Amino acid sequence: MNPTGIVFKRELASYFATPVAYVFIVIFLILAMAFTFYLGGFYDRGQADLQPFFNFHPWLFLFLVPAVAMRLWAEERKSGSIELLLTLPVTLWQAVFGKFLAAWAFVGIALALTVPIWFTVNYLGDPDNGAILAGYFGSFLMAGAFLAVGSCLSAATRNQVIAFILTVVACFLLMLSGFPMVLDFFHGLGLPQGAIDAIAGMSFLTHANAISKGVLDLRDILYFVLMIGAWLYATAIVIDMKKAD
Amino acid sequence: MIETRELCKRYGPLTAVDSISFTVEPGQVLGFLGPNGAGKSTTMKMVAGFLTPTSGQALVCGFDVETHPIEAKQAMGYLPEGAPSYGEMTVADFLGFIADVRGLTGQARKRQLDDAIGRLSLSGVLKQTIDTLSKGFRRRVGLAQAIVHDPKVLVLDEPTDGLDPNQKHEVRNLIQAMSKDKTIIVSTHILEEVHAVCHRAIIIAKGKVLADDTPAALEARSRYHQAVSLSAENPAAVRDLLGALPDIASVEIHAQDQRVTAFPKKGRQIFNAVTAALKDKNIAFRELALEQGRLDEVFRTITQAEQTKKEAA
Repeated sequence: MNPTGIVFKRELASYFATPVAYVFIVIFLILAMAFTFYLGGFYDRGQADLQPFFNFHPWLFLFLVPAVAMRLWAEERKSGSIELLLTLPVTLWQAVFGKFLAAWAFVGIALALTVPIWFTVNYLGDPDNGAILAGYFGSFLMAGAFLAVGSCLSAATRNQVIAFILTVVACFLLMLSGFPMVLDFFHGLGLPQGAIDAIAGMSFLTHANAISKGVLDLRDILYFVLMIGAWLYATAIVIDMKKAD
Repeated sequence: MIETRELCKRYGPLTAVDSISFTVEPGQVLGFLGPNGAGKSTTMKMVAGFLTPTSGQALVCGFDVETHPIEAKQAMGYLPEGAPSYGEMTVADFLGFIADVRGLTGQARKRQLDDAIGRLSLSGVLKQTIDTLSKGFRRRVGLAQAIVHDPKVLVLDEPTDGLDPNQKHEVRNLIQAMSKDKTIIVSTHILEEVHAVCHRAIIIAKGKVLADDTPAALEARSRYHQAVSLSAENPAAVRDLLGALPDIASVEIHAQDQRVTAFPKKGRQIFNAVTAALKDKNIAFRELALEQGRLDEVFRTITQAEQTKKEAA
């Protein structure tokens, strides 16, 4: 196995070695269902689709994904194991990527456990399964982008609480930038339309909504891939800069 | 082998490591001594490839740690200060992970793991998570991790810190057993350790190398080297007698146990003269010893001289 794979395996196993994984999964499932059925009005809509389920994912991820990401590097730094990891024959990039992939796979597992609701809509009616699959895909990509942000901010501190709060705020801003309220504010500043489009284009929400409607546009996918790549690159830079602390 | 060339590390205005150069050959154990904050760990972190030097170079088995980090790290076993590890893992899983990263597979993996586990007597705790282990066991897990791939070079930062005297003895035996074909650097502030395992010692303070010699040669710098000490009924009489001998520079009486120590003039042997004088005057004494020199005294003299020089300047 290559070093990335070995780091990935160790990291993923470590989630399940502590109660963190189980607590996270249970809370994720309860909240996902609560949002879908109560706030989303799953039954009242009378439509066999998963729109109410996917619509709340960004808000759910906003608090739960930083909780997964916060330990990625802050814990390594605090326990000193970062020194061990980075003096093994593993490149910094392999370590960053392996750890990120493990966190992403973990969120993927939690997401996969919501599959019964997919069966439920198929039992209740005749949904567009392609759109649902796209919705899952979009959700998963968005979780990856949140995690990459969290990975970078977790690398910047040895305190997990700080890492968590910074990540929530950063992700919140990245989501908000697509909201009319925020765009109006920039409009009021007299920014040119191009700049405002660029700000809107930075938003998680704009791209995630597009995918969750079942439209797989290459640009949306590319957005998330670039977002993840850029934040992971930043993670590596931050770790390299702050190794001595 | 390990080579450093003018290794420097600066943090803003603070110079943690100031142009340190040394070479350690296979079969040699180098003891790295210095007061806390002297730059021992920083130097080791740079040799291990964790910290990037501000200037200078570190080579491990001929590989520059900066430009060929993977080859250098592959050839090296490193025990970081405090022996960090992944606390939630069991000892077996953790060592397995290290063996995987080190590229060990199949029979070789099993053999190397068994060997490391055996050498550090870890077989009783394999199924325990590292968090639940005592400090001594954690340190041994850290050592096992460093030797699992039978590296040519070992860099051990305070390997015996937190161990009880028996465990210290075992770890020293282990280092000695491995030193035949390996290049080893050990940092410590326990001076008896230098005697026990090192062929050579470097004393550093404020990031600078102040002494680089064999432990015996370092001891010879002590004013206690070749001094004679004894306990007698009447210390004052002994002092007066010995103080009059030609080769003796001074005689001191220890305030606590009234032990008399006679210091020779530079390069003189006084043991025979002292015993002859005592016999001649028929002075009763309980025991008499020829001192080898005290490493702790040399250490203090060297490291504090540097400090007072700095303060004076």
